[in-house]
Amino acid sequence: MKSSRRNFLKIAGIAALGVGAKPVFDTFAAVGGHGPTEPAPIFKSSEEALTANHWAMVVDTRKIRSERDVAPLFRACHQVHNVPDMPLKRHEIKWIWAESFHHAFPDLHSELISDKIARTPFPVLCNHCENPPCVRVCPTKATFKRESDGIVVMDYHRCIGCRFCLAACPYGARSFNFFNPDDYIKEVNLKFAKRTKGVVEKCNFCEERLAEGIIPACVEVSNGILTFGDLRDSRSSVRKLIAENFTIRRKVHLGTSPAVYYIV
Amino acid sequence: MPNNSKGMYNKNLVIAGIVIFVILAAFPFWFNVGRSAPAPEIILTEKAIAAEDCVRDKEYMTLEHMQLLDVWRDAVVRDGKRIYVNPKGVEFNMSLSNTCLDCHSNKEEFCDRCHDYTSVSPYCWDCHIDNPQGD
Ligand code: HEC
Ligand code: HEC
Ligand code: HEC
Repeated sequence: MKSSRRNFLKIAGIAALGVGAKPVFDTFAAVGGHGPTEPAPIFKSSEEALTANHWAMVVDTRKIRSERDVAPLFRACHQVHNVPDMPLKRHEIKWIWAESFHHAFPDLHSELISDKIARTPFPVLCNHCENPPCVRVCPTKATFKRESDGIVVMDYHRCIGCRFCLAACPYGARSFNFFNPDDYIKEVNLKFAKRTKGVVEKCNFCEERLAEGIIPACVEVSNGILTFGDLRDSRSSVRKLIAENFTIRRKVHLGTSPAVYYIV
Repeated sequence: MPNNSKGMYNKNLVIAGIVIFVILAAFPFWFNVGRSAPAPEIILTEKAIAAEDCVRDKEYMTLEHMQLLDVWRDAVVRDGKRIYVNPKGVEFNMSLSNTCLDCHSNKEEFCDRCHDYTSVSPYCWDCHIDNPQGD
């Protein structure tokens, strides 16, 4: 009797060990893999993609005579990006638009300026700042500065509509969708996503076009008013213009370091 | 006492009570007999049939397409990568409307049908174009 209990305990112990070890063997069996494993998928950019270390834009305002010269830029941009045309100014959604010199450069304005400058509509857009305050305040990282090329990107999937970025941006470059924009898009570009009520939106330097090797829509139709290029490449078209002409940027004293330069 | 306990020990009442209980407890089962909706028939477009394969194998797509779309969205929007090379070496432009709905352009008979059946309502179409062919 005594020895039988002893045997029972021994067998029970070994059995318990076996049951406990099974998951371990299963795991090893799974990791070892039967048959060939699939290679992991690859994520990459197109070979045609336009790249830069920091994209920048130069606006040659000497070439702007009237609103007629800049309206096509705004139309082109808003058409490709499905930007709605809201009936009321206070609900306006804008990626690129015109301001007077006085509004665009309040810190440089003086009572008396040349008639030419006073008349010129200055195209303004997101400055894709080197030190963007909107990125700093965003609580969800929905807006961030892309390491690869300096574009200040909006991830609409993460935007919670808190509008801190609207308050932080000194250029008014961001708009909030108070209404569903759907009903106010005249001609939908079926290749590009829309936005919805409750998210903030702004210019993306046409990153979706750059990815396919095409320059931004506004630059394309600007007849030389806009030049687009790499700020970090001293031989780039934008650096040449900056080296050869006197340029100004908006509200530089705030320390945001805008990447949009204006030749006046 | 004997008077009170008479009801408690009444065999007929007890059996009837048990039968009623079992019927009620089984209500959800017999109520739905023959009523369960048949799994919807998912229709492939001519284009999809011609292509034969999805982005990944069928089982992976059925189980993981939402995960795949989530990875695509981050790759495009956050990492600026727009091309996906699947394990077989086939390249796809990572786009919900321009790729998935290019083959599955019959969204109502494909995505929607299955989502209705499984009570899923993706909010993607608030922004993403659901008729990239324009019809
Ligand atoms: C090149 C054409 C093509 C593209 C692009 C494509 N699919 Fe498919 N898809 C197919 C085909 C063909 C099948 C059927 C595969 C089979 O039966 O083996 C399929 C099957 C599926 C299934 C499984 C359906 C079922 O019966 O369970 C899902 C889910 C799916 N696709 C979703 C997607 C999503 C999401 C995308 C975009 C990420 C996508 N597909 C892109 C062609 C395509
Ligand atoms: C075979 C059935 C089936 C088909 C076909 C199908 N889906 Fe799904 N889909 C599901 C199920 C089930 C879920 C929910 C999974 C979960 O919640 O875990 C889902 C979830 C999703 C989600 C995530 C939704 C969320 O709110 O998290 C997206 C996005 C999605 N599907 C897109 C598509 C698209 C696009 C297509 C068509 C190209 C498609 N699906 C076709 C079954 C299907
Ligand atoms: C608030 C609007 C909005 C919602 C809601 C939304 N997206 Fe997007 N999504 C966008 C925008 C805008 C882009 C950028 C398009 C581009 O750069 O080409 C984008 C890009 C993407 C991309 C990569 C580019 C492309 O063409 O598809 C994927 C994949 C994607 N979203 C998936 C989803 C999925 C899946 C859902 C739902 C679970 C969703 N999105 C919901 C606005 C939205």
